[in-house]
Amino acid sequence: MEIDLTNNTPVLLSRIGRPESHTLSDYRADGGYEGLARVLRDMKPEDLIQLIKDSSLRGRGGAGFPTGLKWSFLPKDHPGPIYFCLNADESEPGTFNNRILMEEDPHQVIEGLILACYATRSVTAYYYMRYEYPRAWERLLKALDECYSAGILGKSVLGSGFCLDIFPHRGAAAYICGEETGLIESLEGKRAWPRIKPPFPAVEGVFRKPTVVNNVETVACVKQIVDRGVDWFKSLGVPADPKNPRDPGSYGPKLYCLSGHVERPGCYEAPLGITVHQLVDHFGGGVWKNRHAKAAIPGGISMGLLKADEFDCPLDFAGPGRYGCLGLGTAAVVVMDETVSMVDFLHNSARFFAHESCGQCTPCREGTAWALRMLERIRAGRGRLKDLDLLLEIGDTIGIMPGTTICGLADGAAWPLKNAIRKFRSEFEEYMQRTNPSGYQQTDAVPALSSLSHGGH
Amino acid sequence: MPCRRSRPYRMGVIEMGHVTVNGIDIEVGPHEHINGIQAAHRAGVEIPHYCWHAGLSVVASCRMCLVESGRKNAETGEVSLLPKVVPACQTPATDGTVFVTDSEKVRAARQMVEEDLLLRHPVDCPICDKAGECSLQDYHFSYGREQRRADIDPFSSRRRPVGESVTLFVDRCVMCTRCVRFTREITGTNELMVINRGAHEEIDTFPGFPLDNKMSGNVVDLCPVGALGDVDFLYSQRVWFMKRHSGVCAGCSTGCSIHVEENQDRVYRIKPRENPHINQWWMCDEGRYGFKYVHDARRLTEPRQRDGETETTLTWDAAIARMDALVRSSQELVVVLSPFLTVEEAYLLATYARQVQPKAVISVGPIPCVGENETFPNGFTIRAEKCPNRRGVEEIASRFQGRLISWESVGDECGAQATVWFTGGYPEANGISSDEASRLAKNRTLIVQDLFASALSEHATLVLPSAAWVERAGSFVNAKDRLQSFTWAVRPPQGVQTEGQMLWRLAGRSGLYRPADILQELGREMSYFAAVLEEVPDTGVDLKLNQLASV
Repeated sequence: MEIDLTNNTPVLLSRIGRPESHTLSDYRADGGYEGLARVLRDMKPEDLIQLIKDSSLRGRGGAGFPTGLKWSFLPKDHPGPIYFCLNADESEPGTFNNRILMEEDPHQVIEGLILACYATRSVTAYYYMRYEYPRAWERLLKALDECYSAGILGKSVLGSGFCLDIFPHRGAAAYICGEETGLIESLEGKRAWPRIKPPFPAVEGVFRKPTVVNNVETVACVKQIVDRGVDWFKSLGVPADPKNPRDPGSYGPKLYCLSGHVERPGCYEAPLGITVHQLVDHFGGGVWKNRHAKAAIPGGISMGLLKADEFDCPLDFAGPGRYGCLGLGTAAVVVMDETVSMVDFLHNSARFFAHESCGQCTPCREGTAWALRMLERIRAGRGRLKDLDLLLEIGDTIGIMPGTTICGLADGAAWPLKNAIRKFRSEFEEYMQRTNPSGYQQTDAVPALSSLSHGGH
Repeated sequence: MPCRRSRPYRMGVIEMGHVTVNGIDIEVGPHEHINGIQAAHRAGVEIPHYCWHAGLSVVASCRMCLVESGRKNAETGEVSLLPKVVPACQTPATDGTVFVTDSEKVRAARQMVEEDLLLRHPVDCPICDKAGECSLQDYHFSYGREQRRADIDPFSSRRRPVGESVTLFVDRCVMCTRCVRFTREITGTNELMVINRGAHEEIDTFPGFPLDNKMSGNVVDLCPVGALGDVDFLYSQRVWFMKRHSGVCAGCSTGCSIHVEENQDRVYRIKPRENPHINQWWMCDEGRYGFKYVHDARRLTEPRQRDGETETTLTWDAAIARMDALVRSSQELVVVLSPFLTVEEAYLLATYARQVQPKAVISVGPIPCVGENETFPNGFTIRAEKCPNRRGVEEIASRFQGRLISWESVGDECGAQATVWFTGGYPEANGISSDEASRLAKNRTLIVQDLFASALSEHATLVLPSAAWVERAGSFVNAKDRLQSFTWAVRPPQGVQTEGQMLWRLAGRSGLYRPADILQELGREMSYFAAVLEEVPDTGVDLKLNQLASV
């Protein structure tokens, strides 16, 4: 079922595209920080948590965990400090929605962040931004300066007596720093090796104190819910599946990142639950050069692959899962047209994950590197049919879901493997037959390919 | 009033937790914190693991200990397992926990980890020191695949030093990070770290800051594979040729429990033996590498007597007869008990001396001291007192003498014509200067028994060779009054009789020296040693604790 887009008006992106949209004066002219002032005056932190719980807001960073629930996991009556980390380490391939918000509308993010800190009683927040966003970094520093001068941050936020400091922290460019406990380790000055859970960050996080880690878009949604109310938020999106008691529903607007082989790539705001077709045709102007789509990544490369005939997949938290993918992820859709070789796609994906694996857990460290070696050999025309079974075996056995790793990076590496080979197996087989006619059926041990070992890096 | 039948806690009753491992029930105490690996061990089930070590923090990263886990409903007995495998090292074994380690799922997970770890491993076991005691090797035979499926050329064998005593075979490493955690959590010196990322990870040191703490040798013991090599031991012996003997380190008065590993009467290495009361899993480098003097060619190996300027070699029979004659004919006998003697030897010697000369003076020899005690963050202490048994011989000497006569006052205590019987066992030198020696020897008769010639033995009428501590059996009492018994590991060099055997013969006892009999005698005779009347476990007995209890 498709979502009606006739009345779709951007909210999160409403201020994007204006030359001064990143300044405090421009933000205030649009009513910025009024919602915050009202909350500080009229609401207790518990009320704000309840408001967010009522809205059924789910985290926009990838896992879709209910935000209000996450906040309520913090220990009650903790002597403090409680820390808040804003996860702006947006590094999922294909994803740039946080970047748009942070570059074009940094105050919306800061207001959301202050609200989230107020709800969680945090007086210290860390704004963890990935290294590769110099423009967003510059604008963040400027925005924080403006906020401190205007009394929006510091000893008494807007004169309310609520005290909050935001410390910007720039990462050193590693994908794993976006994993919440990897981010915490990195923030503490260590290698970003994700921690074993439990204890969860809500109990023991940054500097061994209770900590909440939320995504940039999530806190922006908090600001919009405060301004526009729960009813507005729940009027958008897809309600919970009555047959699944564990489904909290997919409500609210979402920033979809559309890229790849479409006419108009970009970041678009639409209610949760629009289909890939709608996103590609309504927003993206269709597949480029009058070609046909072959496949699409539904929400960042780690979510897997959709075939062209699966583009009716709704992009809500439950949708891609029904099409054999991992989930919605960051809602970053990358469209590939008919000219794309799935062998190349999978090689590129494997190269990314082998490069970004933090190396802590054996199955991920070795599995991703092994998959890359095999795909290098397949691409070089020495693939064998039995390699596909091996790749699938790696895909099926690494990750947090089979229980063999600490964090979800390996699941992200596994899903492209599983989806590409299961959904496009004939293409891989045909490629091997064509490029390795004498050896594709071979099953005995192959000589090592030391000549290929330094390719790719 | 309705009666409540089951209450969680009853006064005076300790509620044990019940944990099930592969259907075997084990009990866990209410305040015990053990994980799946330890619970399985208790049930007699081995869970393979690399990164977990009882003395270090849990990282759960090697994933070798993956098991199925769940809970058993106490009422219905129904078991519900989690859908995924979990690392046993990170899963607490609490009441109702169920572990399954022999399922198809677990078998597959172990097979996967073994295959992964061997992808880039050089498999150079024939030239690897660890072969024969390597977890990777053992687990591969138990849990690995029969055939290699990977097409990766594994052979590269890079080696680089990480410190003076430890070398790193980079490609053998399985990245368990035990060594890194050791330098962070136990010594607090932080020399080792992980560099690079993913499959390019390696253990390394920061340039200019090598691994050089005083406990660095422990990282070699911790390494479950052949990555960290002990430079001192490297390529000197295949491990399966060596025999391992439980011993006690004589390097300082901490008295670490150790294993002495030897082949054909030659000691090749010393490793710590787990003892929660003394050294936990560790030992210092000083003790580990400090055994070399045992095989020093300059050791005394035959009894010799000096008469004016002439020196002659004696047979042991003649030496013992001469000794007995010297002692019996002396006007005054002074016995100096070395802190390197076992308590059994000290007791035998003191008893014999008092038998033949009821007024014999029993004193204690020089106590070698170097620097200050050095304590590491985890509590491990290297003591300044470089001898193993000061407490033991002091107790015996003061018991016989009524007070403690230290080495410093021996000269004042003995008469001008006395016969002084000096016992040694000092590594390399007993620290007595030639001035001190000639002052003591003036007009007196000296009997010196030691490992090496010294200023004192220059003046001796009778010089007897001594046996090194790994060649003797008996018991030492450490600085904290803990007595540990040990057996000999190697035979002394040809011509050397152990102190125990010689004293046994002097005392007129028949057959072979039996230190256990002497220890029992000591336990009956001296209340300080009463605790040894019970069995002395491998980890020793606390003599002080027992005294308090008996008061």
